[in-house]
Amino acid sequence: MLHKIKLPVHSIAHGRAGDKGDVSNVSLIAYNKFGWENIRENATEDIVLSIFKHLGATSVKRYELPNLMALNFVVQNALGGGVNSSLRLDRHGKTLSSYLLYHLILNVSLDMMPNNSPYREKFK
Amino acid sequence: MKQIMLNYITMSKKVYIGCGAGFAGDRYDASIPIVEDFKSINEPKYLMFEVLAERTLAIAQQYRINDASKGYSPYLDYYINPILQDCLEHKIKIISNMGAANPFGAAKRIIEIAKEKKIRKPKIAIVQGDDILNYMSEKDILNSPTMEGLDIKNTKITAANVYLGAFPIANALKKDVDIVIVGRSVDSALALGPLIYEFNWNASDLKMLSSGTICGHLLECGAQVTGAYFADPGFKDVPDLYNVGFPIAEFHENGDFLISKPKNTGGLVNKATITEQLLYETHNPNQYIVPDVVADMSELNLIEEEPNKVLVKGAVGHKKPDLLKATICSESGFMGEAEMSYAGPNALQRAKLAIEVIEKRIQKIGLQGKTRFDIIGAGSVHFSSSEENTYNNELDGDYRIRSAGFFENKEDAEQFVAETYSLYCSGPSAGGGARTSITKETSTASILIDRNIVEPQIKIEII
Repeated sequence: MLHKIKLPVHSIAHGRAGDKGDVSNVSLIAYNKFGWENIRENATEDIVLSIFKHLGATSVKRYELPNLMALNFVVQNALGGGVNSSLRLDRHGKTLSSYLLYHLILNVSLDMMPNNSPYREKFK
Repeated sequence: MKQIMLNYITMSKKVYIGCGAGFAGDRYDASIPIVEDFKSINEPKYLMFEVLAERTLAIAQQYRINDASKGYSPYLDYYINPILQDCLEHKIKIISNMGAANPFGAAKRIIEIAKEKKIRKPKIAIVQGDDILNYMSEKDILNSPTMEGLDIKNTKITAANVYLGAFPIANALKKDVDIVIVGRSVDSALALGPLIYEFNWNASDLKMLSSGTICGHLLECGAQVTGAYFADPGFKDVPDLYNVGFPIAEFHENGDFLISKPKNTGGLVNKATITEQLLYETHNPNQYIVPDVVADMSELNLIEEEPNKVLVKGAVGHKKPDLLKATICSESGFMGEAEMSYAGPNALQRAKLAIEVIEKRIQKIGLQGKTRFDIIGAGSVHFSSSEENTYNNELDGDYRIRSAGFFENKEDAEQFVAETYSLYCSGPSAGGGARTSITKETSTASILIDRNIVEPQIKIEII
């Protein structure tokens, strides 16, 4: 059993956010199969909803793409009305992927990270 | 020589599609390296430009109302000028939605550009039928239920366009044209259209239509699939981002395709860049709905064939939808936006005081509108209002306040931004760098229309 520490999911996955109306989608893509097992098990709809709740999100639906080691979260009502009626600086919610990557905290081991990850320092 | 041998052995047809622009404000010179690569390719080759955002059409309609010869992409000259001559000489066909509210006007302008350059007159097909105001009554449109649940009955329509599919583009290509110009169509159709034409697919070739749609979806945002919008220094490094190569797809007869980028460009193509773009603006990956097919990404496989070249295979397709999506644009007042910086000792408190001053002034004047205030540097884009921010509560620093508000009248929006500007003399200590702007706002709603109403209205005209 490898040593695990709590780190932002940014250490083992990457992603991108897109918008359609007031619906945002945020992907979470693991760097390798160990990271994939972790996000598949622990990046749940409930946790993602709790992370976006302060923005007004009302529900989250999760889709899995095991071939691509990717999850896709469809978040309802997180864009302050969407590109039409939002007064937010980032009307499209393009920065929401970085919010999820930083605020979703998971138990992470070294084997889940890319070889050159700066997060490896945290294990020293 | 090796390449020729391989082609001889496999004997299968290949089609090349490059994407020279992925949104209305994309780089004007991005297509040049694609065209350079295409010069040495003998198979069919296409260059697509996707430049039409959801609300761009409402602005384009306004241009057309003001001047009947306008209403196409205002950037058409910038995109077409650098590559028109090479495309005509090397048989690179151009497919674009630069037509916006006036595809005919776009075609005429391209012919003028050819004349100015003293090159041969291109043969251009335009696809019409997306403007539903031409065949549906305003009343019927306004009474349709919207997908967002918005009530649009009392709004003033500025544009109403249905998303067309790829078959009209394929049919236009049968007329032996150099260029196809469309208005509103699904972005991925700019790639699927040429593929349908070249491989002679029909409406029941669901796997192929799906693969072509996924290929188009990967191409349609330009460099978002080749390492741009991906770079995260130290974590996801991308070489020479300033010189990122825009994507090229090499599509094979069996439905598999390779995504790569031109020679001598920066950027990165690997499984990670492809996967990020694949899921961009995708909801259910098993049901990516376009007019020609419901594409299914669940069985896709990505294989890194060589550096910066990824094979995509395994698309599955389901029956096309009976209903087509249309976007209804309407006027929705004005947005006023203004910013001002506070830096140095106690800057956060001064920024907070500045916002308090503006809020109280608005109340005193009696300005009516929805407003919002942010402190950039203390948490802005990740929070729904400045009170909630948790990122940075250091008092000293470099902060920028931002006020934003929606108003029915332009005068009110002007008054609103003036309240930030006037902080120069009447606000807290040492505010600087104020900027203000007023934008006319368009709101959009989506409705669904029976495709049998739309399809008889699609017309192809050759110029």
